[in-house]
Amino acid sequence: MDIIISNSNDSPIYEQIYIQIKNLILNGTLKEGEPLPSMRALAKDLRISVITTKRAYEELERDGFIETVTGKGSFVGSNNLEFIKEEHFKEVEENLSLAVKAAKLCDYSLTQMIEFLTLLYEEN
Amino acid sequence: MEYCLQVSDLTKQYNGFCLDHVSFDVKQGSIMGFIGENGAGKSTTIKAILNLIHPDDGKIQILGEDNTLQSRECKELIGVVFDECHFHDNLNAEETGLFLSKIYTNWDDIQYKNYLNKFNLPPKKRIKEYSRGMKMKLSIAAALSHHPKLLLLDEATSGLDPVIRNEILDVFYDFIQDEEHSILMSSHITSDLEHIADYVTFIHNGKIILSDSKDNILENYAIVKCTKSEFSQIDSSHIVGFRSNAYSCEVLINNRSTALKNYSRMTIDRATLEDIMLYYGKEGM
Repeated sequence: MDIIISNSNDSPIYEQIYIQIKNLILNGTLKEGEPLPSMRALAKDLRISVITTKRAYEELERDGFIETVTGKGSFVGSNNLEFIKEEHFKEVEENLSLAVKAAKLCDYSLTQMIEFLTLLYEEN
Repeated sequence: MEYCLQVSDLTKQYNGFCLDHVSFDVKQGSIMGFIGENGAGKSTTIKAILNLIHPDDGKIQILGEDNTLQSRECKELIGVVFDECHFHDNLNAEETGLFLSKIYTNWDDIQYKNYLNKFNLPPKKRIKEYSRGMKMKLSIAAALSHHPKLLLLDEATSGLDPVIRNEILDVFYDFIQDEEHSILMSSHITSDLEHIADYVTFIHNGKIILSDSKDNILENYAIVKCTKSEFSQIDSSHIVGFRSNAYSCEVLINNRSTALKNYSRMTIDRATLEDIMLYYGKEGM
């Protein structure tokens, strides 16, 4: 599991952890039911405070990505494939609407956008 | 029992200095950073916690027990490291261990030897021949070898080089892996605390100025850099302190999110604990 904390990044550290663990779950690196490191161990390894990791885990739990069992630790949440897809879809939608906004600012037509999107899609 | 240490309304009057209603709590399983400039009252507070001085007023509870009524057993649950090594100069580390094993009922000789090993401390060398860093490490080894639940560190990392400080911070991280363990750590090396501390209490002239989770503090405080004419636009209730020179003003504010919204044209930097100390220290100038 790779987590990279940047001190120069403007977003708070708990958010950096939240996003990275979430991405690891979304892209399947962390599988359903897989145990996560304990909050204290993670804090030690990343050299950050325990309440920072605690906050990240709490937010992950709140959003349904992980489950915490008292005395056992935290695990990647189960049966949330639908939820994950939904999450992905939301992200796509958000980014596309940003693109549309930007396109409208410079009178980029829908056809041109579709062409461009097709190009990008195939490139990847 | 949620708190490991509770200090409430601690007051002590000295000639020319007073601790003025100092209150803060250390939660179990957390590390509290205790910052303040020299002479702000950090060591006096720690002495009061250890019942070495008698406060005029206020109450201190350690692990739920009043510290003045404390039993021997309770005292054994506290590990203390001062900024200087107080062991006898002519003894070596091994003899010091033997000595301490007669004092603490919970003394763990294996643990002590492990720490000596880990810290590369020669057990047969006399303490007066140890370097400053070695003495500090010896004090920490001794403080941790009787299985304390609360560790009080008074400037334990000052005067040490970054490599040794880093090793010691690692030991503290190990200590805190147990959720019942807590640390109160006074230091003016704020960068150490910026990593390790969960909570930070800032004392200035014998008064507690702020005591909050470190993340909240770093999230809320910011330094606004602006011109003198822009300075007047900043809401004065958010200003903590400022510095000005011929060309610009630097203002420490305690409400970063509003500042980002309202003063978007000004440069807003994150404040470090050191900045916060500096600006509060300049108060009234």
